[in-house]
Amino acid sequence: MTDIARNGSSAPAPARRNRSLLEVDDRTRRRNAAEARFKLMGSIAVIIGLLALVGLLTSILLNGMSSFRQTYVSLEVYLDPAKLDKDGSGNLEKIAKVTTFGYKPLIQKAMVATVAANGVDDQGLKAKKIADMISPEAPATIRDYVLANPDKIGETVRFDLLAGGRIDGYYKGRVTMETAALDRNVSPEQLRIADALRDAGVLDTRFNWAFFTAPDASDTRPEAAGLGVAILGSAYMMLVVLVLALPLGVAASIYLEEFAPQNWFTDLIEVNISNLAAVPSIVFGILGLAVFINYAGLPQSAPIVGGLVLTLMTLPTIIIATRAALKAVPPSIREAALGVGASKMQTVFHHVLPLAMPGILTGAIIGLAQALGETAPLLLIGMVAFVREYPAAPPEGLFDPASALPVQIYNWTTRGDPAFVERASGAIIVLLVFLLIMNILAIILRRRFERRW
Amino acid sequence: MFDTPKREAAVTKTDIKMSARNCQVFYGDNQAIKDVDVDIDDKTVTAFIGPSGCGKSTFLRCLNRMNDTIPICRVEGTITLDGEDIYDPKVDPVQLRAKVGMVFQKPNPFPKSIYDNIAYGPRIHGLARSRAELDDIVEKSLRRGALWDEVKDRLHEPGTGLSGGQQQRLCIARAVATEPEVLLMDEPCSALDPIATAQVEELIDELKQNFSVVIVTHSMQQAARVSQKTAFFHLGNLVEYGETGQIFTNPRDPRTESYITGRIG
Repeated sequence: MTDIARNGSSAPAPARRNRSLLEVDDRTRRRNAAEARFKLMGSIAVIIGLLALVGLLTSILLNGMSSFRQTYVSLEVYLDPAKLDKDGSGNLEKIAKVTTFGYKPLIQKAMVATVAANGVDDQGLKAKKIADMISPEAPATIRDYVLANPDKIGETVRFDLLAGGRIDGYYKGRVTMETAALDRNVSPEQLRIADALRDAGVLDTRFNWAFFTAPDASDTRPEAAGLGVAILGSAYMMLVVLVLALPLGVAASIYLEEFAPQNWFTDLIEVNISNLAAVPSIVFGILGLAVFINYAGLPQSAPIVGGLVLTLMTLPTIIIATRAALKAVPPSIREAALGVGASKMQTVFHHVLPLAMPGILTGAIIGLAQALGETAPLLLIGMVAFVREYPAAPPEGLFDPASALPVQIYNWTTRGDPAFVERASGAIIVLLVFLLIMNILAIILRRRFERRW
Repeated sequence: MFDTPKREAAVTKTDIKMSARNCQVFYGDNQAIKDVDVDIDDKTVTAFIGPSGCGKSTFLRCLNRMNDTIPICRVEGTITLDGEDIYDPKVDPVQLRAKVGMVFQKPNPFPKSIYDNIAYGPRIHGLARSRAELDDIVEKSLRRGALWDEVKDRLHEPGTGLSGGQQQRLCIARAVATEPEVLLMDEPCSALDPIATAQVEELIDELKQNFSVVIVTHSMQQAARVSQKTAFFHLGNLVEYGETGQIFTNPRDPRTESYITGRIG
């Protein structure tokens, strides 16, 4: 119906019929142009998305990778009986009375001796300043060792002690000679001694296992902070969510999808499940605080409460995914089973459920992943607390205070020392790796279940 | 099909297996089946024919209460199997379906091995006491389904890997495995090619020695080939029911005549 088509002829249709296929008419050209525009916009959207993702990952990796390496100083420390076990009785209670403060002189002595022994110029620094290169965490490390091995008192033991946060930062590019000159916590002289010790092999940077196992540490010793308690807490919560949400959610979905009568009441339930999935997670936190802690009297900061709250939050996701998976099973399979005389329950459990399994597992793992990354409700039930004690093994451990990965990240980003920024990024990487593992697990499980048929 | 009249003579002597009286089926407010009276003979193939939407499949599904799975569906009147009302509240539809098996329009094997497809029914009904007995049932059923020779070497491969015709025969074998008394077939050949159709029709002919078979079909040739009795449904009414030869050669109702000569449908 273009103008060209009308040209010379009263009826447009014959004109179009006469046109050669080799020339493209205006209408087709416009359609093709619209399609090309749409494709272009689509690719632009995808590229923007990918760039954002790459930018995000690069920034996290650049900031966080360094947290997987940590600087240690290898020191020969003489466990002086005059300081640790004054009366020589070997009585553990008395040894335990010596606080970490009492261990400081031992480290100072060992550090000065090591600097001298390796022929390193002490840059005119006082012994205390040289000892400050070691993390304030070090006395606690030695004290724990002594309390575990009291018979070693009087001997000289080699310890790998954490270097101070700024010395560690120097080897990760966070601290330079210029910034050190302006910093009260570190001096260029200390950095020069560190360099010399590094050349002598006393100080080195190695893989940071403690990051995964150590508990959180206070503001002044970021170098000692680790994710141990947070990982355990998150694992415990996932355990609770898995044990509660998966059976509950799947059972509820099977009932709603296969057995429940279709009436206004089940419609109402269905609408409300969808609504629950959209409720902000912090609301679940308030609910958990009111019900589980205030009413039921469960302990604060405990993984059991976190797990319960996350279960409530995950249930709608699992129910929606499971119902979709059940709906996707062709009705012909149900008819086939009913046709050979299977009961409703046999039909569901022998035929429908195995076919829906890949979808259910995917839904469950997506739900778990969502729960693993959830922060807001945990803040309200006290999991943001500073926890240095590892929770015991389950089931008792579920009631011990613990932290959680996302909360730990939030916690570290609120602290002053730039070393915590590195730790937070490192924790984000750990969290992402866990999520990645869960997704890979979902894919593997899905493949395995599908291959059976 | 020269021997058809002979067989009909034999058929008239047999007993009535199932019968429906004043059967009405409603989907919500819509009446799908009106006042259907049918007697289905034992060891006979009965064909239901009629245009699409005439209610023949709906009626077929009443015979083993498959319509129970549709919440808005309501059945009135009486349908009996061996004189017992199958809609009696005391009747468990699961038990009924073990006696009245069903084969569906589209082949719907379970996504399991061929063996498990057949063995499923006997297993849930406890028909086999040992593994060997189950093996026997599977072999016997596959032989009855005219599939044994084709699949005996791959019993543990998935049933979904068979061709369409083989799948449908597998479904028939599966239905036969639970030793039903009546076998309902809802357009069993509509998804099959002519060769597979011929195989299934041959099979139906053999099955009628042991079972009463009810088949819904769109193909009048098929009805003429396999059945001894034919019922013609139109707009939810049972228009005519009688010996197949009589329906196709000498219909009493003008509607039946128009349908089989292709004027309505």
